[in-house]
Amino acid sequence: MNSSPILAGLAGVLSSAAPILFAVIGETISELGGVLNLSMNGMILLSAMGGFAASLATGSILLGFLAGAAIGALVSLIVAFSSITLKQSQVAVGFVLALLCRDLSYFLGSQIMGQTAPRLNLLPIPFLCNLPIIGPLLFNHDIMTYASFILVIVSWFHIERTTPGLMLKGIGENPRAAYVRGANVNRLRYIYTVVGGAIAGLAGPLYSLSVKAGWKGTISGLDGIGWIVLSITIFGGWTPFRAALGAYLFAFLQWLGLILQPVMPNVPSQVLQVAPFPLMILTLLLVNISNAEWMERSLSRLPVPVRRDILKVLHSLNAKPPASLGVPFDDES
Amino acid sequence: MIVEFRCISKAFGAVKANDSVSLSVPEASIQAIVGENGAGKSTLMKILSGYLCPDSGQILLDGKAVRINSPACALRLGIGMLHQDPLDFSPLTVLDNFILGSPSRFVPNRRKALEDLAGLAGRLGFSLSPDARIDALTVGERQQLEILRLLWLGAKVLILDEPTTGISLPQKEKLFVALKTLAAEGMSIFFVSHKLEDVESLCGKAAVLRQGILAGTMEQPFDSKELVRMMFGKDLGPATRSCRENGKPQPCFNLEVKNASMDGTRFRMKGIGLQVQAGEVIGLAGMEGSGQELFLGACGGLVPTSGGAICLGNAGKAMTGRTYHDFQGSGVGYLPAARLEKGLVPGLNLAEHYVLANRMPGFFIDRDKALDLADSRIAAFNIKGGPESPAESLSGGNQQRLLLSLLPDNLSLILIEHPTRGLDVESTIYVWAKLKERCAQGASIIFISSDLDEILQYSDRVMVFFAGNVTPPLDAESLNVQRLGELIGGKGWEALQGKKEAHQENKELEHA
Repeated sequence: MNSSPILAGLAGVLSSAAPILFAVIGETISELGGVLNLSMNGMILLSAMGGFAASLATGSILLGFLAGAAIGALVSLIVAFSSITLKQSQVAVGFVLALLCRDLSYFLGSQIMGQTAPRLNLLPIPFLCNLPIIGPLLFNHDIMTYASFILVIVSWFHIERTTPGLMLKGIGENPRAAYVRGANVNRLRYIYTVVGGAIAGLAGPLYSLSVKAGWKGTISGLDGIGWIVLSITIFGGWTPFRAALGAYLFAFLQWLGLILQPVMPNVPSQVLQVAPFPLMILTLLLVNISNAEWMERSLSRLPVPVRRDILKVLHSLNAKPPASLGVPFDDES
Repeated sequence: MIVEFRCISKAFGAVKANDSVSLSVPEASIQAIVGENGAGKSTLMKILSGYLCPDSGQILLDGKAVRINSPACALRLGIGMLHQDPLDFSPLTVLDNFILGSPSRFVPNRRKALEDLAGLAGRLGFSLSPDARIDALTVGERQQLEILRLLWLGAKVLILDEPTTGISLPQKEKLFVALKTLAAEGMSIFFVSHKLEDVESLCGKAAVLRQGILAGTMEQPFDSKELVRMMFGKDLGPATRSCRENGKPQPCFNLEVKNASMDGTRFRMKGIGLQVQAGEVIGLAGMEGSGQELFLGACGGLVPTSGGAICLGNAGKAMTGRTYHDFQGSGVGYLPAARLEKGLVPGLNLAEHYVLANRMPGFFIDRDKALDLADSRIAAFNIKGGPESPAESLSGGNQQRLLLSLLPDNLSLILIEHPTRGLDVESTIYVWAKLKERCAQGASIIFISSDLDEILQYSDRVMVFFAGNVTPPLDAESLNVQRLGELIGGKGWEALQGKKEAHQENKELEHA
């Protein structure tokens, strides 16, 4: 089954990207509805700690994941309440929550640090896992990694192919028009923010019960993931498949850092560990660079055929956020 | 459906937007609702379409009193409203917009919707590509889509709010034919407008609102003079003649565009040349999105040119590739069509606008001085508002006056998108009087308008845009509405000597 180390490594990329995928899809759903949930970083840490604690106390992995989802839903309920009902700035509230939840997870988790909780087992799919190449790559994972594959497809189907999905895009794009077409905009925003938060909340336990099993407080290595999730959401252009591509790219870069370490002993290991973060942000910049006016101005100096091709590529990469992202909706006036 | 308003009243604070308005509209008719800005037309229509609840009074449909709580509720009762800026979703496709909000299954039946869309469009003579994205459509096409959608959802009463602003002449004709067809089929149509010629050519009846009160009604044939008197409570003189009366323009150039080209999203414009003399007014005509916005932007440094040169002033200062700030520094002013969004700062009051517009030197703001300054500008430009009123509280006409009053004194070139869009007759006359003052002082004006009469009346020369093709500047006196309308619709271009080549070249580029 473990035919080659590279294949095993790539399979590892798929499973280590799974928590990022949950978080990115959750955030994408919330942002499509028009609510920017900036608390992601703290939310992942808190749900990782909470999920770990729940599963430690009960011995049940399922309860660990449920606790994670509940924490995600609760934190995003705060975001939803303050932005939809109180009409406060989503950036301010989200940012404060990101910091608060992070420190809360360190504080509350200090007692369970280093203990051993149940761990998610591999669940090879019979017959399929024996297929050459794709067997070990796709069908030898834990259940949540399979779930992450399915989540991408299901969320894509919901957003792109169903009536409620169309309305989801509508309330984030032009809530007034959605209201005229009979949507209860604020209720839908509540639902999608909380559902998105619950999905993203699964990312935490997925780390602490599987990908980076255990809770080690500040050295858990989870701080910062949430910010990358936010940038992958932008990279993904608010579409699940492109978001998945972003998540896999990030996980791939992290894996590359690991395997390059023995090859390049001169480079400090910290550089290779941290490199995926700036690389991801750089990719994001490149993808959306054609939005910038100076880019257009400087491109206008190039000869026409060259410029046209460059522009074509840039425009196809470029994605626009939902037009009413972060804007509260009031059906009066 | 018979629609009856009974003693509808609605007040916003101390202002009575509707004061006991009663009106009955029969089936199969087109009813015009006219009045100047702020007369209460849109309040009345918003009450009918469920946006606002009246303070008192009733609405009866086919003789039955109804309560309309929301736009969705209005649509269930068969009342659909087409907003001035169609309420749609720009990144979605035509078909998605058509489906969105319809009571359909979990997974919508796209094939059925597609058939229905094509069927309805065919019946009304509209042609819409179902896969096109809304942001690639003109306002006229978006209106057509909204009408089709409302019909599909079973609307029997259609409200159109200023539907002819921002759409081209051919689109307007198409719209009117469709509306007449619908009325003949039994639909009741409300046509809200301040364009009397549109009302006269389309509507069977007109109701005039003035300061919230129903000032009177009139049936075909309309007496324009009487309508104007009802709207304003007084006679208005005919709009004054163009700036050409200022005598021969001095041989002094304010702008020279040499062989310029620009890239639009759907076409490339090239070989545009124009010399503008001091005191001259140039009108840019064409369907929305035909390239006139690009050209006007390029004249102000807002749109980068991809070839040719743009020079300012008599000395021919080369400005190609410079930013808007450089253009501003050289005496260019730009007034956008989205007055509040692009031209003003919502949230700041009038006095603060004057301070921002560099009318007051110094680092610290002298409040008293700022208020005095604002007072004098407000009086000079006859703006209905005080120094402390926020910019967004002004009506469209007053926002345009405010923008004019913010322009620096020593401009040599003023660029304007739709100078009088959405303005009533009085404000229109006022705005142009102010602009002509500028011309008399030696400034030049280039403006975009979709109102052909405005183009012909105020321009010295006219450039017509059609899908990225541009006519050379044509003398306005050699044009009439008919000819201009044809050019805008893409007819009669072959007769324009010298432009034929460029026209064909562009065609080839489009195909490539």
